[in-house]
Amino acid sequence: MRFDLPGGGAVQALKDVSLDLKEGELLSVLGPSGCGKTTLLNIVAGFLAPTEGRMTLNGHEIHGPDAERGMVFQQGALFEWMSVRDNVGFGPSMKGMPKKEKAEIVNHLLDVVGLQDFKEKAVYELSGGMQQRVALARCLANDPDVILMDEPLGALDALTREKMQSLVLKLWKETGKTIILITHSVEEALLLGERLIVMAPRPGRIHKEYRLPFAELGVGQDLREVKKHPEFAERREEILGMIWDMEEEIMGRMEASA
Amino acid sequence: MTILLIYIAIFTISFFVVTKLVQTATRDYTSLKTVTFGDESAVRPNRIAGVISVLTIFVLWGAFTGSKLLPEFMHAPGPFVGETSFTYVAEAEDGSRDDATVSLVVFPRGADVDVEEVPPGDGFAKNDVAKVAQWRSVLIPFDRNDEITKKDGARIVEINGEPVEPGSSVTIPGGKVTLSDKGTPNFEPRTGWQMEPLYLPAPEEVWNRTLRIADEGFRNTTLLGHLGWSLFRVIAGFLCGALLGIPLGYAMGLSNWFRGWFDPIVEFMRPVPPLALIPLVIIWAGIGETGKIILLFLAALWIMAIAARSGVSGVKISKVHAAYSLGASKWQIMRYVIIPNSLPEIFTGARVAMGVCWGTVVAAELVAAEKGAGMMIMVASKFQNTDIVIMGIILIGIIGFGIDMLMRWAERLLVPWKGKG
Repeated sequence: MRFDLPGGGAVQALKDVSLDLKEGELLSVLGPSGCGKTTLLNIVAGFLAPTEGRMTLNGHEIHGPDAERGMVFQQGALFEWMSVRDNVGFGPSMKGMPKKEKAEIVNHLLDVVGLQDFKEKAVYELSGGMQQRVALARCLANDPDVILMDEPLGALDALTREKMQSLVLKLWKETGKTIILITHSVEEALLLGERLIVMAPRPGRIHKEYRLPFAELGVGQDLREVKKHPEFAERREEILGMIWDMEEEIMGRMEASA
Repeated sequence: MTILLIYIAIFTISFFVVTKLVQTATRDYTSLKTVTFGDESAVRPNRIAGVISVLTIFVLWGAFTGSKLLPEFMHAPGPFVGETSFTYVAEAEDGSRDDATVSLVVFPRGADVDVEEVPPGDGFAKNDVAKVAQWRSVLIPFDRNDEITKKDGARIVEINGEPVEPGSSVTIPGGKVTLSDKGTPNFEPRTGWQMEPLYLPAPEEVWNRTLRIADEGFRNTTLLGHLGWSLFRVIAGFLCGALLGIPLGYAMGLSNWFRGWFDPIVEFMRPVPPLALIPLVIIWAGIGETGKIILLFLAALWIMAIAARSGVSGVKISKVHAAYSLGASKWQIMRYVIIPNSLPEIFTGARVAMGVCWGTVVAAELVAAEKGAGMMIMVASKFQNTDIVIMGIILIGIIGFGIDMLMRWAERLLVPWKGKG
């Protein structure tokens, strides 16, 4: 992935990023700011066309956005002119699904995410955490093969965030979806990522890949217990150190060029 | 000046009276805020101040026009009305003097009176009589009946015992007498502080006139007809402008080619005030309905186009991405994401456009029209019917305010999500 800048230069946003994701895997992507996490996700979602390389899903190449790849955004991607129910039913409506069938899916999903009492509310009447539950349900209602999450919990406060992390794990296990999760929280990446890749900037590339047991451990369990796992603290320190080094390097480079 | 001082006095006094005495202590959250100076959210309009403000305007209006709605003692000093007189001393060329009295009658405007002749008295200077309407002045040809006239060298040397010469004036009960350069006394009755009805009629006169015009109509059209025509033009012009402007704005927000093509036109036309187009529109389309609707169409078009364009560009890209990844087609994105998302902007634009159109239609009718609120006040002003002019201004204001309130109400009803995305 390479694009030209208005000033005449060019940025190599991503280079040689190769990934193979199996069905039902939960991959979290971590990295310092500017390492191309979001660019990567946008390419996978089909919002950006790569300059080199190719992506395939279900045996065909990805050329644009499609219902097979659902997306959960950080915030503000809900349609505030629709009720909670209509938001969740948006995907099925677009497909022209019969009303009865749609209502069943929507009711079920809203029960799953714990919004059974808020079905007819307007989206803007809900708190931030509830809105993200709606976003999750909306994505699931479309039954995508892959769910792409772009810092979905980034704007939530710490307490709500922990609750939502459990919900994401629960949904992952229940639905068996393939999930790619972008985050800037090391703890979140460790807790939720069955696989975890750490990316390095300039050019954006995969720095290190882990396979972690914590997501499996965390399913149906208190996440705070998982955090007490001896390996958890060890991994966290290791990855934090890695990212710190990268950030320092970026700063150093910027100072040198300045 | 006096009025301004009175106004400031009422403002200040009622401020102290209301804040210190009347204001009851409310105990809601805002009243507990200690920092109010600089905290805009803690500033709420004082209801009592609002009522006093409106009352003050009407009371001042009534007081300075001698309104019958107000008790007599609240009136500003009115113009002199009634009888008065002064005595002058004339001097003949030979130095002989004689005095005579001029009786004056000041009558209200529009109510002409007959004056009785007075006995001429003795001496060569004879008594005179004169009449004058309020707010007017009268030259008194004192020597008309005298035995020795100005032609013979007689001149006035004293008025009410004060020596005078041409150019000087003497205050008499009920007015002022000035000796003109040619030696003729000119009487100006005291005008008082009240406004002449020609400049500002009393509130009840405006009200009565409103009733009469509502009953009889004005220039072969009823009052509602005039206002209705103005409103019809505004709505027709606005609808045409919106019908073309909104799709144009959407196209500019969605297509590079449309944006590039129409940007120079829209950006050029937007700052041209619609009033500046009136002459051209009259040349092209005449003074009939077509011309007015074209003018209002042009006034609304650019505003609506820009509102729709900024409505489209205001869509958060994550919403569009989300809709695409939920399987929406381009048409569905338009129908379910872009249009609802741009509605608040379009409503804001529509409010502005309606306001501009209302202003423009009145101005266009001032220039040339056979029916309409603007035409009504223009024609009335030519015939010095100030009461109709004031009535027209008030009605135009009320309708403009009503339009805005209606649009706000529709906005609350139709786009409850405004500003909550």
